[in-house]
Amino acid sequence: MIYMSESDKPVSLQNYIRLCAVVFLVIVCTTSAMIATSFSHLGEGWMLKVGIILAIAVVNAFLVAGYLMHLLTEKKLIYTVLGFTVFFFIGLMGLTVWATNGFPPGTVSH
Amino acid sequence: MEIPYTVQNRPDTGIYNAKLGVWLFLASEVMLFGGLFSAYVLLRVGAAPGDWPHGWLNVTLGTVNTLLLALSAITTLLAWAACKVRDFGKFKFFHACTILLALTFLGIKSYEYRDKLLHYEVQLTNGKFADGHFIAESKDFDLAKKTGTFTLHGHIVEDRQELMDLRSPEAQAAKHEVITIAATDIKKMGNYGPAHNTFTAIYFTLTGLHALHILGGTLVIFYFWGPGRRMWKTDPERFTNRIEVSGLFWHFVDLVWIFLFPVLYLT
Amino acid sequence: MQANVQEFPPYREALAPHAHNDHGQHEHHELNFWQKYIFSTDHKVIGIQYGLMSLSFMLFGFFLMLLMRWQIAHPGVPVPVFGPLLEKILGQPAAHGAISPDLYNSFGAMHGTIMVFLGVVPLAFAAFGNYVTPLMIGAPDMAFPKLNMASFHSFFLGGVVMLVSFFIPGGAAQAGWTSYSPLATTIPTHGQAFWLVGMVLLITSSLLGAVNFIATIIQLRAPGMTWMRMPFFVWAQFVTAFILLLAFPPLEAAGVLQLMDNVAGTSFFLPTGLAIGGQIADRSGGGSPLLWQHLFWFLGHPEVYVLILPAMGIVAEVIANNTRKPLWGYKSLVYSALFVGFLSFIVWAHHMYLTGMGQKIATFFQTTTMIISIPSVIILTCLFLSLWGGSIRFNTPMLFALGFLPMFGIGGLTGLPLGLAASDLYLHDTYYIIAHFHYVVAPGTIFALFAGVYFWFPKITGRKMNEFWGRVHFWCSFTFMNLVFMPMFAQGIKGMLRRMSDGAVNYSAARVPGAIDALPGSVMQLNGWILWAAIALGIAQIPFIINLFWSISHGEPVDSNPWQATTLDWQTPTPPPHGNFAHEPVTVRGPYEYSAPGHAADFTPQDEAESSSAPITPTAHH
Repeated sequence: MIYMSESDKPVSLQNYIRLCAVVFLVIVCTTSAMIATSFSHLGEGWMLKVGIILAIAVVNAFLVAGYLMHLLTEKKLIYTVLGFTVFFFIGLMGLTVWATNGFPPGTVSH
Repeated sequence: MEIPYTVQNRPDTGIYNAKLGVWLFLASEVMLFGGLFSAYVLLRVGAAPGDWPHGWLNVTLGTVNTLLLALSAITTLLAWAACKVRDFGKFKFFHACTILLALTFLGIKSYEYRDKLLHYEVQLTNGKFADGHFIAESKDFDLAKKTGTFTLHGHIVEDRQELMDLRSPEAQAAKHEVITIAATDIKKMGNYGPAHNTFTAIYFTLTGLHALHILGGTLVIFYFWGPGRRMWKTDPERFTNRIEVSGLFWHFVDLVWIFLFPVLYLT
Repeated sequence: MQANVQEFPPYREALAPHAHNDHGQHEHHELNFWQKYIFSTDHKVIGIQYGLMSLSFMLFGFFLMLLMRWQIAHPGVPVPVFGPLLEKILGQPAAHGAISPDLYNSFGAMHGTIMVFLGVVPLAFAAFGNYVTPLMIGAPDMAFPKLNMASFHSFFLGGVVMLVSFFIPGGAAQAGWTSYSPLATTIPTHGQAFWLVGMVLLITSSLLGAVNFIATIIQLRAPGMTWMRMPFFVWAQFVTAFILLLAFPPLEAAGVLQLMDNVAGTSFFLPTGLAIGGQIADRSGGGSPLLWQHLFWFLGHPEVYVLILPAMGIVAEVIANNTRKPLWGYKSLVYSALFVGFLSFIVWAHHMYLTGMGQKIATFFQTTTMIISIPSVIILTCLFLSLWGGSIRFNTPMLFALGFLPMFGIGGLTGLPLGLAASDLYLHDTYYIIAHFHYVVAPGTIFALFAGVYFWFPKITGRKMNEFWGRVHFWCSFTFMNLVFMPMFAQGIKGMLRRMSDGAVNYSAARVPGAIDALPGSVMQLNGWILWAAIALGIAQIPFIINLFWSISHGEPVDSNPWQATTLDWQTPTPPPHGNFAHEPVTVRGPYEYSAPGHAADFTPQDEAESSSAPITPTAHH
């Protein structure tokens, strides 16, 4: 691995720049993929397109978080904190949407 | 007693204090933007069919901003890497790039905001809608007193729904021209600001809060690039940690944009 | 014999070869007044700042409640003594010294807001947490002292904004501490906007504080202070900090959205077709009032655990110390606290049973709500069981801690019918709810906080508070708290609704004799009794206030460990100097080594070196 280790061992800056260039190119590609999907005519309405675009966004986020924020080499403590955060985030989104849409049959909405 | 582990890593956790602090702060920021994103989801899912706009934002500008921010994330990381190898010159260069990229981002964002605030929807007394960008208004233009005229560059539509999806072939085909409207013909008018509909509301709020974070991050990075660089001479290890920690915040702000851009611009 | 504040040589960090950095306070600098007392970065000073300010706010919130209780007992009658003063300060809303309905509503909203966000949370979490936590874990200060100072000043500004809102035209916020839309947006005055700005400042303060607490507890524990050797107080503060960190931001987001609604004309929480005063509102619509409720209660429920956990922490410390034996079930306490913190995030919609949620989701929230009562009961049971076989010393802190136990029990048990959707449908928004949550917070948390004040006062000042007046304070408070809140259960079950500025006289049997279930005279009469009990409760606080300030200079002087406590906070000089410890303390045993067999003294401090003669027995069960 050519990441900066936590120790003070100096790593070649050139190698690091190369890694960053690769990550940036991948980000350019994923962004283009999202835009292409958005302007395409996949599926009925927007649902499928939204799903694909969000999935690509997650990949993008993974790149930034994993490599640029070096989360991939980070300590377990940080992972644990973020794990709980993600769980609660999903809870907030999911339960709220479920609650707002889980009306009894016959409820009038719009 | 001095506070331990400000620079050295604590053995059992493997990190120094500020790094834990910033990740905790970022966790709270995830929940903050999470609250806003959940608002977005609920508002969009709850909107009546056809009531949610598409194509109201300029994808080209958004893409440029996305790439600018991604590049700035890279330069931030490289600035930290330069500190790690004790190359202060490269650090100054990379962070100067970061600041410039951030300011360009904010500049483009301001242009987009201005565009929205100059874009008017005018409900006419004959039931039609005029929609376009502000050109001029006569000196005596007063909506309350019904005097003067209002000129915009746009088009007139019968049904307000036509203004919703700017990606549709009908909207693409619409011809835009200069239109002058007399105040007496105007029933109601407003610009595409936050009050216009829930889309513009959440757009301005989400991107506005994000822009405030960009501004804050830029100020912090500027401080370390400028007046704060004194610490490099006295305590380079601690300075490097500060660059890492501020860099993490900057990457998070980029992360938020990675979701903002597709959600607002592309869907 | 009061220990003198000594100048300790600065502790040298063992490994770091870095150059000496210039942080604000250095042992040998003389700080000016502003640096020492106003812009201090020392956690102890900040703790005291939070403490004094929050106690002042609590007194103010209490006073608002007295005005409200007067109005409830005697609707429309001018307030005695304070009526003319109110009229002079507030003008039209207090015309003739009587409390108008709008003014009542703003008192109600601000009483709740002030007590929760400016009173209890800052006192329980920020004040006690700041002062005691670093001492208990052997740290020289919080991890981020400057951030700590920023937290306090953000809190201060938030408090100022909230207070100022009373004096703007139209007065303070009126839409309840819950600030539900569309009411919060359609009230034509600016009080709500001030409330929202104040809330953003207070939330920011709590967030920064939470980051500080968590980082401190994880990173700055002294050598030997393992997780399972931490006093339960620290565990409670740790879980509280996590709750604040992750639950507050969605409310901050919602606050920003509602502020946009109020100020920028958006419709985040305003539905399409909203009519105000018979006219369709000139708004885009398309928003959702339910969204506000979800985002609010996502914080609102974890918030109540923020209110109770530090209190449980304080009670645990006081009980262990005054029974001269270890806490029963330390591990159960710790795991229960963690579990409560975790679960608290997924129970919130039990505040929203009446919003028409689907049955499946309501059942989900009901289930999680029932489950969360389990760890709460475990904690209370462990605290009760800790009394068994103890050598109980009935000093003032212990009296308050003991008083907490049955009061929290009543509060918690009365919450069960509220967690069950079927019974909540009837009890929601009645006085039963008011009684339930006040029992948990008022004779619950606040008693624990009083215990904490009496307990740690000698550490801060080197003197004990007067014991006699402490007992008077306890017995009077205990009696009158119960006389104020117990009748409210009956009123609520009989159907008296909350937030009624006329004290429900408009649907009493006297006013509408033929109505089904009109409130009987017995229920209405209780309002009068409650008013008297509340006034008596207020008078009972006077000895406390006098005692607090008088004892600073005239209390009985004591040494640095007057309660013979084991935890590290009592092993410092009094008051602890800047940097707290001369040399980093090394912890060698658990936090509650009281009455260990084979030891001469009935307590062994956590950092006392092991002597070869007396073997250390492991801490009792679990």
